[in-house]
Amino acid sequence: MKLPYFPGCTLKTTAKNFESSALATAKKIGMELIELDRWNCCGVVSSLTSDDLMKHLAPVRNFLRVQEMNKQEKIKDENRLVTLCAMCYNTLSLSNKRMQENPDDLDKINDFMHKEEEDYHGNVDVVHFLSILKEYGFKKLASKVINPLKDMKVASYYGCTLLRPKEISIDDTEDPKLMEDLVETLGAKVIDWDAKSRCCGSYHTVNNVDIVHRLVQGIIDDARKHGAEAIITSCPLCAFNLDTRQSEIKEKNDDFQTIPIYYFTQLMGIALGIEENELGLEFNKIDPNALLKDLKLI
Amino acid sequence: MEEKRKMIKVYLAGELFKVPEGSTIMMALEYAGFQLKRGVGCREGYCGACGTVYREKGDYKLQGGLACQTVVTDGMAVAQIPFVPAEKPTYDLEDLTPDVNTFTELFPSVFRCVSCNTCTKACPQDIEVMDYIQAIIRGDIAKAADISFDCIRCGLCAMRCPAEIVQYDVATLARRLTGKYLSKKSPELDKRLEEMEAGKFDEEIKKLKNMPKDKLTKEYYNREIKIS
Repeated sequence: MKLPYFPGCTLKTTAKNFESSALATAKKIGMELIELDRWNCCGVVSSLTSDDLMKHLAPVRNFLRVQEMNKQEKIKDENRLVTLCAMCYNTLSLSNKRMQENPDDLDKINDFMHKEEEDYHGNVDVVHFLSILKEYGFKKLASKVINPLKDMKVASYYGCTLLRPKEISIDDTEDPKLMEDLVETLGAKVIDWDAKSRCCGSYHTVNNVDIVHRLVQGIIDDARKHGAEAIITSCPLCAFNLDTRQSEIKEKNDDFQTIPIYYFTQLMGIALGIEENELGLEFNKIDPNALLKDLKLI
Repeated sequence: MEEKRKMIKVYLAGELFKVPEGSTIMMALEYAGFQLKRGVGCREGYCGACGTVYREKGDYKLQGGLACQTVVTDGMAVAQIPFVPAEKPTYDLEDLTPDVNTFTELFPSVFRCVSCNTCTKACPQDIEVMDYIQAIIRGDIAKAADISFDCIRCGLCAMRCPAEIVQYDVATLARRLTGKYLSKKSPELDKRLEEMEAGKFDEEIKKLKNMPKDKLTKEYYNREIKIS
């Protein structure tokens, strides 16, 4: 199965381990994620102002690339655009929805690109890789697991952008199960916890790091309280905050117990028996190997 | 008998003039009596000094071009951009790393790009300007250098950008970083530099310097070029 794929800027810079592990896992289960030939920043974060249409040009240009790939027969009748980064998923989905629901806005955007691009027809469907996995089937996926994550206690962290707003949520906004289903499929133990859709502090990490320390500590304490040994995520910004900020929290608070943070695709890769060098574990800040070695997974 | 050329109407800096058909914008300006001090350079399309914006009759699109390369059309309205008031950071290449963080520091406006593509449409060199800005945002400095290779720094992209990015300075830095840190190193170059420093070519250079012009010209055209 060939699917057009939008990486986003972060997967090419600070989250290379997310991309490499995701592409390897997709390949392992017979999916080919084809990176758009040309793409631009998704436009993050999605503009909430109703009269600032220009901010939606960036997403629409990326949708046009999917239209082109179909026209050039690089893919066949495939309007889904796969994303990995939760933030890109959120931004692209919201823009696409706006274009699909507001023909006047779509016309204005198309007029802006007159003589430059073809018109966007609103046909693209922005999907997250997790949804693609669900569609693939967790039973089928379980049959591909050769290295089950036996006894590994994993807390699934959704953060904000996969679930909110409700209209573009990949699962039940209040009680999501998608990542938990994946965790179970990989042979690990699902941790039910309270903080799975709490905010990590997001961009406050740039100039208000104290807020991030407080929120991240709350999230990790909650995971630990419920017995988790690892947290998985699908958002490079959440991963940055959860992973990188832990050593600073530890400096402030000696009792703080750190926890390794993985992209869900990294643990999937371990379970599917993918070579470690494709999973980019060396980029994870809190030692990702100790737990895997303890459980004899690597 | 003197050939009579057809005259066409153009608006230069808001004033109507009749100029010979087939003129470039620069020829038209001088024909109309403008004395060009700024906004003119090599007159060959290489130096980028003569960035100009214009509208053609009946077309709503504002276009960009080089005055020395763009031929006037009947009813064209022209405005020269003699100077681009761009903010230009100073830096020492030795202190920089060829990655996205360098651009975050020196050109934070890059991250204001909304992908409107106005820069690309303004470029007289047909460079995909937006694509190289986007390449930088995702840390692909070598790709930005490659896409922007033909930039002549006319500045029209920066004048049109709603995000106030100074694309051509950004591209220059990308090419410098690529040249210094990312391109394949040439051992032949190091060897040749050593030879030069050791004075291997001093005698030959001295001979050329003292050569009369006609002989030098002859030598130049008869030279052997070895490509290995």
